Amino acid sequence: MPKKTYRTALNEAIAEEMQRDERVYLMGEEVAQFQGAYKVSQGLLEKFGPKRIIDTPISENGFAGLGIGSAMLGLRPIVEFMTWSFSYVALDQIINNAANMRYMFGGLCNVPIVFRGPANGGVNVGATHSHTPENFYANVPGLKVICPATAYDVKGLMKTAIRDNDPVCVMENTILYNLEGEVPDEEYLIPLGKADVKKEGSDISIIAHGRAVITSLEAAKILQEQHNINAEVIDLRSIRPLDEGTIIESVKKTNRVLLVEENKPFCGVDAQIAYILQEKAFDYLDAPIHRVSALDGPQIYSMPLEKIQLPNANHVVQEALKVLR
Amino acid sequence: MSAQTTANPNSKKSSQQSYATEPINKDIPSNAKIDLYRQMVRIRRFEERCVRSYQQGNIGGFCHTYIGQESVAVGTISVLGPNDHIISAYRIHGHALAVGMSMNELMAEMYGKVTGCSKGKGGSMHFMDPTRHFWGGHGIVGGQTPLGAGIAFALKYEGKKGACLCYLGDGAVNQGAFYESLNLASLWNLPVIYIIENNQFSMGTSQARSSAGTPLAKRAEGFAIDWAEVDGSNLYEVRYKTTEALKRAHDSQRPTVLEIHTYRYRGHSMSDPDQTYRTKEHIQDHREKLDPIMLFETILKNEGILNQDIIHEIDLKAKEEAELSAQFADESPYPPPSSILNHIYWEEDNPEHKVSQGTILFNQLLEQE
Repeated sequence: MPKKTYRTALNEAIAEEMQRDERVYLMGEEVAQFQGAYKVSQGLLEKFGPKRIIDTPISENGFAGLGIGSAMLGLRPIVEFMTWSFSYVALDQIINNAANMRYMFGGLCNVPIVFRGPANGGVNVGATHSHTPENFYANVPGLKVICPATAYDVKGLMKTAIRDNDPVCVMENTILYNLEGEVPDEEYLIPLGKADVKKEGSDISIIAHGRAVITSLEAAKILQEQHNINAEVIDLRSIRPLDEGTIIESVKKTNRVLLVEENKPFCGVDAQIAYILQEKAFDYLDAPIHRVSALDGPQIYSMPLEKIQLPNANHVVQEALKVLR
Repeated sequence: MSAQTTANPNSKKSSQQSYATEPINKDIPSNAKIDLYRQMVRIRRFEERCVRSYQQGNIGGFCHTYIGQESVAVGTISVLGPNDHIISAYRIHGHALAVGMSMNELMAEMYGKVTGCSKGKGGSMHFMDPTRHFWGGHGIVGGQTPLGAGIAFALKYEGKKGACLCYLGDGAVNQGAFYESLNLASLWNLPVIYIIENNQFSMGTSQARSSAGTPLAKRAEGFAIDWAEVDGSNLYEVRYKTTEALKRAHDSQRPTVLEIHTYRYRGHSMSDPDQTYRTKEHIQDHREKLDPIMLFETILKNEGILNQDIIHEIDLKAKEEAELSAQFADESPYPPPSSILNHIYWEEDNPEHKVSQGTILFNQLLEQE
């Protein structure tokens, strides 16, 4: 199978869906002439022209809302946020309009829109540019939220998201854009709401999403090699909808759980996962559920300290050992 | 007086011109003129019935009536073509009736009944009828202005010769979303017409206390957008100036900002006692001199189209229709509790097309409900 970067896989997903459906267009800051702030849209302007690959002014609330309005009439916009941190100035449009529209009008319309962009810390850009809002958006009924961690997943999930008739928030990661993985040339789709067992194991279930999956896989290797512990690593891939079945089955097998995410801990995604596991797999747990999250302050600028603030393999190993003690 | 350009020397708050001789007004049959009058009366009688229903406790939440502003919705919507669309803010009962929605579905919506246009899920601020190109009904001030640009964008994208009328109140001109929308609309040549329904008050704050600079529409100049002021008490003028803006949208795909001067006789919403920020005399004065229904009635009488018998009959029927809508709403059932958890996702409402897996809603109704 050919190897491609996460960025290329994403680019292919958008290009294929634009080829397939005339109603799909891409809009955002620097997506066209500049070829994308992170080069995700490289070559798309040349391929599809300025009608469908559209540079916007710096007006996230305006162009997010414009996208929603066009989606109400049947277009299928992909709205890029240069980073999800900038989506905060568009919260009114995303939450009050995209998410609520169908409900408030009793099902009279729907909003087939994709909001996408990177959502991560770890790149030395400070608190205002390092948000990971998957928990915020997943808290809103009406939105779907996915956090793909690999090149293969981001392509299959992005294609599905573009075809989805509801608003989907796709949270990528600038650190993952250069990550290579196997991506077949033939078309494939990955349904939303299906977790993936990235590594099978029997001693502990490490449940993660986004780049925390990559961190967890590194940690699992260390646990295996240095501690003779066989960890299972589950990638949620999709936050809402959520694959409860796969995580519950894993816990039934391993009886021990470590949750890993790059988000802050309070009211994070893993708080909900922990709640679900105590409710639905209580009798299978041999130890309390532990978590590794970003340290609970705004994202720090200083590079060496930010490396400490975000979960790394060492943190995951240490916490896993506590669960197994 | 055609397109106002950025210089706009001819802009006047209250024009003495009648606009009766403009083709858009002159060339319509008498019964169409009577129908315009009827629509305004229907809105007023409907709103008066809403006030009673609110006072009786049958309508909850926020209820913003349109009494006094009828000429705006009726005049602007009456000149639309088959590819034109509208979207508005939260004072929308008039627009909904003007596009042809029934009193029954509107009143039932306000009563929170399943027979309401939004199945009891939206209330007074959230009426919609896509089949009539009416896209709501939006509760957050200014939040509909980017949506209006998006509707215009979609029309242009699909090569349709159409426009979107996007209504906002005078209070909404101070929201950032409006300026982002104006910039996008001008930059991308979008056929959107922003209609500022200037009723002089953003809730209880007068224009003088909320907005720097007049006229409000002049703010369009910064975006190189054509604009005009409109005397909302003159239905013919509303129709004429909307037509001019529509031509600009259809032929040149350029946006317009229209500021229509109007007035509401009731409070901002039904929960507004309307005693702290204006006097009864102020309202009475407007009602006596500038009431759009009264003035149009006079015009049509002078044209020999309307007489006291027809006026009486129109009024009686409008009252009766409004009364029946309240009865309909009253007799309609509430939605079942299960409807709290539907219409959230298209995909869940259309299981035959569902591809997603997993859990999408994280709790359920208790069985005893």
